[in-house]
Amino acid sequence: MDLLLVLVVVALIALLVSAPLRRRGALEEEESAERAELEAARDAKYREIRDAELDHRTGKLSDADWRAQDRALRAEAVDILRRLDELGPGED
Amino acid sequence: MLIAGKACLILVLATSLYGIAASLYGARTGRREWVASGRRAVYAVAATTALAFVILEAAFLRSDFGFTLVTTHSSTTTPAFYRATAVWSSQEGSLLLWLLLLSLWSSLILFLTRRRLREIAPYATAVLLGFAVFFAAVLVFLETPFQQASPAPAEGMGLNPLLRHPSMMIHPPMLYSGYTLFAVPFAFAVGALITRRLNADWIRGTRPFTLAAWFFLGVGIVLGARWSYSELGWGGYWAWDPVENASLMPWLTGTAFLHSVMIQERRGMLKIWNVSLVLATGVLAILGTFLVRSGILDSIHAFGASTLGVPFLALIVTMIVGSIVLVASRASDLRSDHKLDSLLSRESVFLLNNLVLVAMCFVIFWGTFFPLISEAITGEEASVGPPWFDQYTVPLALMLVLLSGIGPVIAWRRATASNLRRNLLKPALAGLVVLAVLAALGAASEPAALLMFGLGAFVLAAVSQELWRGVRARRAMSGDAAPRALVQLVRRNRRRYGGYLVHAGVSVLFIGIAASSSFQDEKEVLLKPGQTATVGAYEVTYVKPTADLKAAPNGRLEKIDFGARLRVTRDGEKVADMTTVKSYFPSLAPFLGPISRFFEGEATSEVGLQAGWRRDIWTAIAPDIGSLRPRIEEGDKVFSGANLSPEQRDAFLGQALTGLTRSYANDPPPATFRLIVSPMVTWIWIGALIAFLGGLIALWPPPRGARSRVTAGYAAKVGREVRIPA
Repeated sequence: MDLLLVLVVVALIALLVSAPLRRRGALEEEESAERAELEAARDAKYREIRDAELDHRTGKLSDADWRAQDRALRAEAVDILRRLDELGPGED
Repeated sequence: MLIAGKACLILVLATSLYGIAASLYGARTGRREWVASGRRAVYAVAATTALAFVILEAAFLRSDFGFTLVTTHSSTTTPAFYRATAVWSSQEGSLLLWLLLLSLWSSLILFLTRRRLREIAPYATAVLLGFAVFFAAVLVFLETPFQQASPAPAEGMGLNPLLRHPSMMIHPPMLYSGYTLFAVPFAFAVGALITRRLNADWIRGTRPFTLAAWFFLGVGIVLGARWSYSELGWGGYWAWDPVENASLMPWLTGTAFLHSVMIQERRGMLKIWNVSLVLATGVLAILGTFLVRSGILDSIHAFGASTLGVPFLALIVTMIVGSIVLVASRASDLRSDHKLDSLLSRESVFLLNNLVLVAMCFVIFWGTFFPLISEAITGEEASVGPPWFDQYTVPLALMLVLLSGIGPVIAWRRATASNLRRNLLKPALAGLVVLAVLAALGAASEPAALLMFGLGAFVLAAVSQELWRGVRARRAMSGDAAPRALVQLVRRNRRRYGGYLVHAGVSVLFIGIAASSSFQDEKEVLLKPGQTATVGAYEVTYVKPTADLKAAPNGRLEKIDFGARLRVTRDGEKVADMTTVKSYFPSLAPFLGPISRFFEGEATSEVGLQAGWRRDIWTAIAPDIGSLRPRIEEGDKVFSGANLSPEQRDAFLGQALTGLTRSYANDPPPATFRLIVSPMVTWIWIGALIAFLGGLIALWPPPRGARSRVTAGYAAKVGREVRIPA
């Protein structure tokens, strides 16, 4: 019983770890990885924009400071969007 | 199933080694299929470790005494609930749990980042599998949980009675989850350093894991404090014990890291500080594990002396040296992108908060290791006690609470004087009013506690003000009613308002600690039934003794309980009836007599506790067993001279012990009682619950739909900005 269980586990491990080596062509593309990273950066930038806006609305940022920060953050967001566009249409 | 269990551990070791090799080969050659294979090795390690754990857990549940570990840590009389948790009461079982949790978290992070952090992830995989190799090797070669008991005994030694407490069901898994989760940001920091990808990407990718580590470790620490308070019979919740300290240190540096990474994300600053902090946190997490297992320092929570000291020390030294070399060799890549704009800014407050937290960690580290340091220098082991820790941690805690009130209301980059006045005036007034009122009521006798109450009020007012202003802003935008606006505000800004709730919870917790430790009344008295002692404003009367012989469902004698019923009154009015019990569990030492073994084994305290919003009344009994000694010795002699069958022996033993308990109940000797009246202890637990609720809010991912809507809205706005030249 023990031996059978061990053999099954060994076979399953071998199948699991060797799967990517057996089907190289089916690996996810580099592009989707770059897209995922850019999307994460875009979401983070949007969060920063929202945070700055909330700081302004709750009185922690003056009008002038908020405008300057907002402009800089949006410029950075635009850059990320541009890089995303360059990758072409995504899965969703 | 012993062979299958052992084979699983060997497979875990081999798969981990393969995974390291595949990941590093894939990273060096750029062959993604090898990286993917390495990642899958982590999944395989998790699944195989889970199988080994299930095999061990099943052995405990069915009381399979063919497993040595089951024999030494469980018995047929151990309730099923505690048989399930007895797995991690042992050194070997807890190491297996450590490995299981590590492999599960590693699988989760690597699955979530399988399309991100592509350069860093293979190295992080190798580091995580490196930890797995270490723990698997320890389990295979040094502390195997799958050792055969030959011959298998009919009965086990049972679970340590001190561990039969509901907290123990979840306390260790929580602590281990915290420790193992901290391995994730550690591994990714190493990967980021190796690949020189030192922007905030790795921080963003691992943030949920850092926050989860903070959350679980915090829950584990509080559960441990609660167990100490209600089970250990000394009346406190924190003793500055080495193992308690070991869990607190990575939690403190982890808290500092969670704050300082925000500066790196926003401003590209403090890169060297952040990687150092997270590497130190990873080392401290392993150090905590080392302290519990090496037997190097005395602690009630430790597993005692073992052979694990040297391997753990080697791992810690490797981590420290590797971290220093990596940080030093990447110093030029770790330069900040910006400089601090102003000392009046949230960045400065976070920096100060970091310094306070790290100073606190250093104090605790020094105090914990002082016995070793003093032995190394003077040749004599000396230790420091709670007063030494309090002397440094109290002022640091006061500073921390002050900063946790300022942080939420001060602006990033630069705060103006008018801005600060507007945001700090009302919270500061609230703090001063509380300070003045409590001073007038007599709290000035304890200045540190008084200051903590004032600062706590300041934090609560600051957080309330932030919530109020946020709701007002939200209502102005959406026109929602206040409750809906509050829910929407928190939903859309979980990290911010979750964090504020943590600040509020921590300040409530500190208020509870300050009140309960500064205004506590404590007395140790010797009472006979009918006698009364006064503690604080309360009179405690020893009404009558209780004595009981408890048998397990299978009829085996399990323990003797000696206790007392107490009545608590205040100004003649009844406040509560309480019961406190000391339970005596038999030792299995063969040289002890059948009666005396019940009083030479483990003993636990069932404390009498009347908890309330304003104060706790706490009591524990220490019965005088000395007066029973002549009868115990006489009983042992009778049994040693008698020629009895096992059945006769059990029957007579039951009768003898019943007689002994009756004699205690009918003619009780005076008993020693520890009586404590502590104000506001309940607020420590409430504060912790508030803080953990805040942590959960910050941790909870936003709904997918909401995320997309926000994204789409801002994308349109950003698009308009592109057309308008800046």
